[in-house]
Formats: sequence, structure tokens, C-alpha cells
Amino acid sequence: MHRKPFANPRRITRRTFTAGVAAAAVAAPAIVRAAGGPLKVGVILPRSGFEAGIGQDCQRGVDITPPILKSLGLPELTIMNGDTESNVNTAREHAEKLVSDGAQLLIGAFDSGQTTAVAQVAEQKGIPLVINVGSDPQITEQGYKFVVRNFPTVPMLLHDEFAEQMEVFSIAGVTPKTAVFLHVNDLFGTGMAKGIHGMKPPYTIVEEISYDPGARDLSVEVTKAKAANAEIMLVVGRLNDAMLLTREMVKQRWTPNAILSWGPGWYENQYTKTLGKLSDGPISLVPWYDPNKKLTKTLQDAFAKKFPDLNMNTNHVYTFEALLIAADAYKRAGSSDPKALAAALHATHITDNVSIGPGIMFDAKGQNIGLKCGAVQNRGGKQVTVAPKEAANAKLEWPMKSYQNRT
Amino acid sequence: MSLAVYLNVVVAGVLTGLVYGLMALGLSVIFGVVRIVNFAHGEMMSIAMYIAVVLFAAFHLDPLVMLVPIAAVMFVFGYVLQAGLINPFITRPEHSQFLLVVALALIIVNTLLIIFGPDAQTIQTSYAYDSFQLGPVIVDASKAYAAAAAIVVTVALFAFFRFTLFGKAIRACADNYTGALVIGLDVKRLYALTFGIGAACVGAAGTMMSLITDVTPMLGPAYTLLAFVIVITGGLGSMAGALIGGVLIGLTEAIAGLLFTPSAKTMFSFAILVLVLLLRPQGILGKRTA
Amino acid sequence: MIARLAEGATRRSLWLLGAVVAVLVIAPFVVNDYLLTVMIVALYLAYTGQAWNIMMGFAGQLSLGNAIYAGLGAYVAAVLFTRYGVAPWLGFLAAIPVAAGCAAIIGFLAFRFGVAGVYFAILTIAFAEFARVGFDHLDFVHASAGLFLPVAQYTHDDLWRLRGNPTMFYYVMLAATAVAFVLSRALLKSRIGYFWLAIREDEQAARATGINTFRYKMYALMISAAVTSFAGVFYAFFYNNLFPEQVFNITQSIEMILGPIIGGVGTLFGPVLGAFVLTGMAESVTSIMAALGFDLPGAKQVFYGICLLLVVVALPEGIWPPLARRLGIDKGKR
Repeated sequence: MHRKPFANPRRITRRTFTAGVAAAAVAAPAIVRAAGGPLKVGVILPRSGFEAGIGQDCQRGVDITPPILKSLGLPELTIMNGDTESNVNTAREHAEKLVSDGAQLLIGAFDSGQTTAVAQVAEQKGIPLVINVGSDPQITEQGYKFVVRNFPTVPMLLHDEFAEQMEVFSIAGVTPKTAVFLHVNDLFGTGMAKGIHGMKPPYTIVEEISYDPGARDLSVEVTKAKAANAEIMLVVGRLNDAMLLTREMVKQRWTPNAILSWGPGWYENQYTKTLGKLSDGPISLVPWYDPNKKLTKTLQDAFAKKFPDLNMNTNHVYTFEALLIAADAYKRAGSSDPKALAAALHATHITDNVSIGPGIMFDAKGQNIGLKCGAVQNRGGKQVTVAPKEAANAKLEWPMKSYQNRT
Repeated sequence: MSLAVYLNVVVAGVLTGLVYGLMALGLSVIFGVVRIVNFAHGEMMSIAMYIAVVLFAAFHLDPLVMLVPIAAVMFVFGYVLQAGLINPFITRPEHSQFLLVVALALIIVNTLLIIFGPDAQTIQTSYAYDSFQLGPVIVDASKAYAAAAAIVVTVALFAFFRFTLFGKAIRACADNYTGALVIGLDVKRLYALTFGIGAACVGAAGTMMSLITDVTPMLGPAYTLLAFVIVITGGLGSMAGALIGGVLIGLTEAIAGLLFTPSAKTMFSFAILVLVLLLRPQGILGKRTA
Repeated sequence: MIARLAEGATRRSLWLLGAVVAVLVIAPFVVNDYLLTVMIVALYLAYTGQAWNIMMGFAGQLSLGNAIYAGLGAYVAAVLFTRYGVAPWLGFLAAIPVAAGCAAIIGFLAFRFGVAGVYFAILTIAFAEFARVGFDHLDFVHASAGLFLPVAQYTHDDLWRLRGNPTMFYYVMLAATAVAFVLSRALLKSRIGYFWLAIREDEQAARATGINTFRYKMYALMISAAVTSFAGVFYAFFYNNLFPEQVFNITQSIEMILGPIIGGVGTLFGPVLGAFVLTGMAESVTSIMAALGFDLPGAKQVFYGICLLLVVVALPEGIWPPLARRLGIDKGKR
């Protein structure tokens, strides 16, 4: 069977190529010419189906990367797109397709189930996979040699976010005694829920409410939560329920002292855009960028230029870093041989990066255990970092302003 | 848990249920008369919801005002769909009908995805965040308006079927297909008309629904299933039945959510469906057909 | 026995069958890994379609919730394997009574209470949804967090434990589909098959001739469920992770029945043909769009839906019957 020409090169490729050639001509000594030309990277994400919004958001991180890699003197990447269609089986098929079409390295896939499928394909074919976002701990427990993950696992998230939460309390000077805990009933939600109980928080969780991720109506949940009369609200959810919950809280006239989100949703652009002034206040404990790092500023400028109405967030940052890791490994490996790439990946040591923490390096299981989370608070339609101290750029607002007098 | 909490939940459940009922009404009409298992029902509603979103974004017209025009547009859509595509399938086996509407649903959902993208769209009316306080009960304003509109539409529909000639003709078709043919009714046209009316109901429901929920391309299938549960529970071909079924399901889900885990509340709806199918398959208000 | 099964089939049809089997057997040696996975999926759909066909095509019961049987099979085998180290083939033996039992419950409730046609279909959906939400809360199988099978390196093929290369899985599925095919043919030619035919055509008349329609409908359901449960076992060991949301989803049920409907309900070749046509169509659309540089999420599904629409409108009996007539092999082939 003849090899199909590699499918779907990104439009950017031509632009990057000519720009790259020009840059190479100017800065020839500075660029290490890795053998074989650009590295073919298959980026597989949920671009359609119910997770389409996230996949397309991660794509924005891909879009702004190439010029930055160039400016850092890193080799070029040819991006090939894959769509998991938000489905585990399709994820496997399309990962296989990317590899058949010549992908030399894979990046993906956000959703844990789909990422597991892609990881299996990667390991079986001996093609490296760099996980950009995906927190299921089991993926790095399988003894895979070709998979590295630059994103915290659920246990890491729990541990870290707990620590950030305690720091937030100490900045506020208040340790709440009661909390109501709402979470989605899916892999991420239940995993976090179990963990939070296990960490013996300083407050009592007076009510725990689990809801369906596809729920369109959360009025009962909020009524229950309000009736619990707790000081703060903990939540693990996603974008849609973040919006639904907020609206219900406004309508049912309840504002807790603080909303602590341990997952995505409350910092996403759609949330701030749709809710306007009502989006201010919630604190998200989440892997984030360090606003004080040099590369962060570069990334932010590039992002602001291309997407002036949007805020940069976790999806963009971690997808960018995955590409950064790929390019950096390719440069050090000097070849696109998968084993060489895998070895180079495991030896990664990048300190000039964007995410909070000492940098990017992987342990024996392929996990970056140095990643830290931040506490970011919505303010004025943007996110400000209030903790940890070394990455903070604003002061915490506690308690949250009531929803009822914000117009 | 205090009485106030129960009251709030019950009220919310009833109001939501009324809007669900309106959505199911369209299906009841279609299923009850034309006997097509319309698995594209929720998707048709999402078309109506997107029309509402677009009109709101362009002209700032309140959905309550847009109710009639959108219903009219959906009527035409339904009429054309039935006359053009679905008619030959009435006599075909159920699995063929099923495939037809499943294919339609797939096309609709993904076309909406292509046109509007996956992000949720909302209609932010000036009263989007309002609520009324009646004693211990806080009532969501948008839900209240939507529920009121649902009742109005149902009454209008009821009047249509009771008192107009077309309405009677349609009911005749439903009751006795051969008999209707014998007395010279143009059944094909009446079917198309019925489908159009069903689609108009769905249009009205969608417009109301856009007030209380975000619009994404993927919401179709969940609502289709819900509509079927309600129609069967309430009774095929019965308008009041659809509303009652809607309220029953809305209430069940609300109370189940309150007393047990909210994430399992759909299990209760399905349990009710199974019970109804077994014990009273014609539904609460349906008529037993031969 | 083979002679009896082949009785009534024309020479031509047997040659054709042989040719198809030969192609399928050689396939893994000539196609690349991606296409191999595609073919495995096609065979999976052919297999589950064939199983559904027994219930629908032969006995006339429209089930829209067959995913529940596959799901039960998957979870039973997966739990036995992960907790007690039981091999999948034994797991399958354990899954059969579970799936058949579930079908018996559904059948009993439906047939005793006179739930038929569309109502029956909706009943099956309700059960599948009930299972989905139920398993989503069942901590014993890790609920919504998913059940993971330990993944080994694909260094060698372990047929007993179903760990190994995709090629091994391909042949397992091919063998299973062949067995399902032969089983269907055997059933059709047997007494049960004729009773089913009678029930499908006119249940009241069948009852009037003394056939115990309740019993035979139950058989149809239970056999179909047991056969489908193997697909679930395969699914668990091929994909190595199970989420109730995916496994019991109504989309799975729908995918299982598209094949037979497109190919031809009630025919022997229909489900297999339909499954391959559908899978081929889906992948062609993806490839064409990729070749044209068309990167629009959702466009593939739109084209796919349009293709389905065209097939169902233009070919009311499915693809196989007119094709069989064209090929001149429809004498005696059912």
C-alpha cells in the first residue's frame, strides 16, 4: 500500500517556511539545522463533538506558536491536524491515521479517555506523544516509554490546589468553616471530589452535590446549595455549568463569600464575555502561566495581537508548551528517529518557559512533577494571579461582591 | 430541608416542566397523527433556537415577541420537509423512517456546528437575571414568562384542533386513516399540515427555551429523548397530556435532584417511562387505540 | 452440515462468498495500520449488525438499545479480568447469561404487556439509558471515572488473554463475524427461523397456527443479546478503557443498526455489506476532505448524513437486495 502524502498541512506552513528561510538566511549560525527538515507534528484534539469548544481553544495556542519558536532559535514544525470528534474510538483511529500519514510526534488530546487511546497508539507504534492537557493519573502509570506529559495529574492538581487554597485563606486572613461542594459527575469531577475529601480540608463540607455534565438546568442544584448555608462554594465543573450556576445564583439571590473552582470553566473567555460584570470574583485554582516570566510576556503579546478580544488561559499556554517541548527535543535529538526523540524528550530541561513552576523536566514515568498551580481571580473581564506569591500580580478580593448590587 | 427549599424546587420543576411540555407538544401532534417517530425533534428545536439567537443579535427582538414569526418559519420548514421528503416514508417500515430522521438529525446538528461553531450562545434579555419573590419562593422571571407562553400556545392549539375544520380533519386522519380517505380528505396535505403545525410548536418551544438555556449545536439529541419520554408518559395525541407529562417529568427530575444525587435524575424519568409503557402504554391522558 | 447450510444457494453466490472471505483474510498483509483499524471497526459493526438483524430482520423486533448488551458484556468481562484475572473467553461465557438475562427481562416486560413496534423501540432506549446513568454511578466499576484494563506492550500476541497486535484482533473479529454469519444462516434454515419469519410477517396469524409467539420472540431477543455481548468483550479488550457514557450511549446503539438498515434488514449479507459500505463511506469522506485541504469540523458528518439520506431514499430495501438481483445470485439467498 503506497504511503499517502501527509494529510492536511497547516496553512501556516508555507508562511512559516518562507519566514523560516528568511530568518535562517539572516541568523544562519544561530540555528541548528536538524537533519531532515521540519518535524511533522500531529496535533490531535476534540475539534468537533461536544468538546469542540475546548479543542478549538487549544488550537489558538497552536496558531501563535511558530513565530515564537523561530525567535527562540528552535527548529520548525509542520503541524498536521487530527480530530478526535470527542470520541474515544475516533481518537484512536485518527491517531493511527496521523502516524500513517507521516507524523513523527503526536500532541494531544485534552480528554482523558481520548488521550488514553492516543497514548496506546503512540506506545504501540513507538511514536512519541507529548500530552498538552489531560490529568488522568493512569496514563503515566502504564510504563509507557514514548509518552511524556507536561500537565499535572489529578493527584498533583489536588495537592497543589489545596496548597494554593490555604495560601488564599492566609492572604484573606479568613479560614472558612463551612463549604458546599458542587461537582460534575465525570472522570475529572469524581476524581477531584474523592481527593478533596481525602485531604482533610480545614472547613466542613456540609453538602456535596454532584450533577450531570450535560445538564442544561441547574436550578435545583443551586437551591440545594443555597439551602446549605455554607460560607464558601467549592466547585469542579466546566464552562457550561459555570455559566449556568452563576446565572442561577444571581436569580436565586445567593452569593457565597467565595467561589473556589478546582477545574476549568470559570476563567474561560466565554464565561467572562457572556456574564460581563457578573463574571468577577470567582477564584480558580488551576495550572496557569506565570505572569512574571519572560516568555510569558512574549506569548501574551503574540496572543493579544492575534486574538485581541480574548484572555490567554491554560489551554493556550499548555498547548504552546507542548510544541515548545517538541521543537526543543527535536533540536537536541538532531534527528526525527522516534527513539532519539523519545530519549531527547525524557532529557528535557527547559527553564525559560511559561507555566508556573521551576520549568519543564520529566521524571522516569514521563511526568513533569514540578508543575505548580496558581490561584487566579476574575477581575474586570480578565484574570489576575493572586497566589502563589512568586507568581502573583494582584491583590486578592475577599469576600466576593454580592451578585445583587453589580450593575 | 426546610419547606421553603421544597417549594422553590417544586415551583421551578413545574415551570420548567411546562416548557418541556410545549416542546413535547409538537412531537405529540406529529407522532399522534402522522405516526412518524421523529428522532430529529430536538434538532428541529435547536434550529428554532438558533433563529432566535440570530434575530436577537441582529435586531434585539425579545424572544417573546419573536414567538409567532419563528413558529411561522418553522411551520413552513415542517410542511416542506413532510411533503417533500418524509411523505413516502409513512408506509415504509419503522427502521427506514428511523434512518431517515437520524440522517436528518445528523445533518442538522453538524450544519449548525459549521455555521455557528461549538461555543454556547445566549440571549441576554434585559430581564435575563430577574426573579420575583413571593414569600419564601423565588421565581425565575424568564421561566415564568416561558411557562406562561407555553400555556397560551397549548390553549391556542387546543382551540385549533377542537373548533376549526382543519383541526377536525386532522383528528379524523389520526383516528381513522382509511375512513378519512373514504370521506375524501386530502390526507397527504393534511399530514404535511400536521407536520408543519408540529414544527411550529417546536419553533415556539425553542424560542421560549432560548430564554432559559444556552444554545449549542449538540443539544438536540437530549431534548429528543426527553420529548419522547414526556409524550409517552402524557399520552399520544393529547395536548393536555403533553403538558401534564412535561410537568410530571419536570417535577420528578427536580425532586429527585433534591432528594438524591442530581446527576442521576434522568434515571427517574426513564423509570417512569418504563412504568408507563408497561402499565398504561397509552399514557396518562391518551386514548387506547386498537 | 455445511451442505445443508449451502443448500439453496446458487453456485455464483458461493463463489462470491469465497472471494470475499479470501480478500478479508489476506487484507492485514497488504493494508497499513490505519486501514487495519478501520477494517476492525467495520467488522465490529458488521458483527453487531448481524446480531441485531436476528432480532429485527428475522423476528421483527425493532431494538434501539442494543448497546446495553454490548456494554454488559464489556463490563462483565473487564471486571472479571481486572479483579480476578479471568481470561476474556471465560468472561464471555459469564457475560452470556447476563446479557441474555437482561434481554429476557426486557422481552418479558414488553411482550407480556403488549409493548410493540415503536413503543418497544423506546422501551429499549429507556433501558439502555437507565444502564448508562446507572453504571455512571456504580463505584464497583469506577462509575464515570472509567474502567481501565492494564495495557501491555504489544510484543507478542496472547490470544487467550486478548492482548496483542491489532492484526490478532482483526482475525478474532473476522472469525466472530464469520461465526455470526453461519449462525444466522443456520437459524434461518431451522424451524426457529421459519417461525420467526411467520411472526415477522403476521404475528396474529402465526399465533393462530399454534406458534408460541411469546417464546420465539424471547429466543430472538436472547440469542441476539448473547451474540452482541461478545462484541462488548472485544470492545473492552481492544480499547482497554470503558466509560459508561461511551459504551451505553444511544449513539453506539444507532451505529450498530445503521449497517443492517443500509445493507438490507432481514438479509444475510445485508449487515456485513452495510457495515463495510458505511465505514468505507465515512473514511472516504474524511480522506477526500483532507486531500482537498478542507478543515471544517462537522463537515464530514454532514456529508455522511447526506449519503445516508440518499441511500435510504433511493434504496428502500437496502443495498443488498438490488445488488443481489443485479449479480444474479438472489435465487434462494435470503
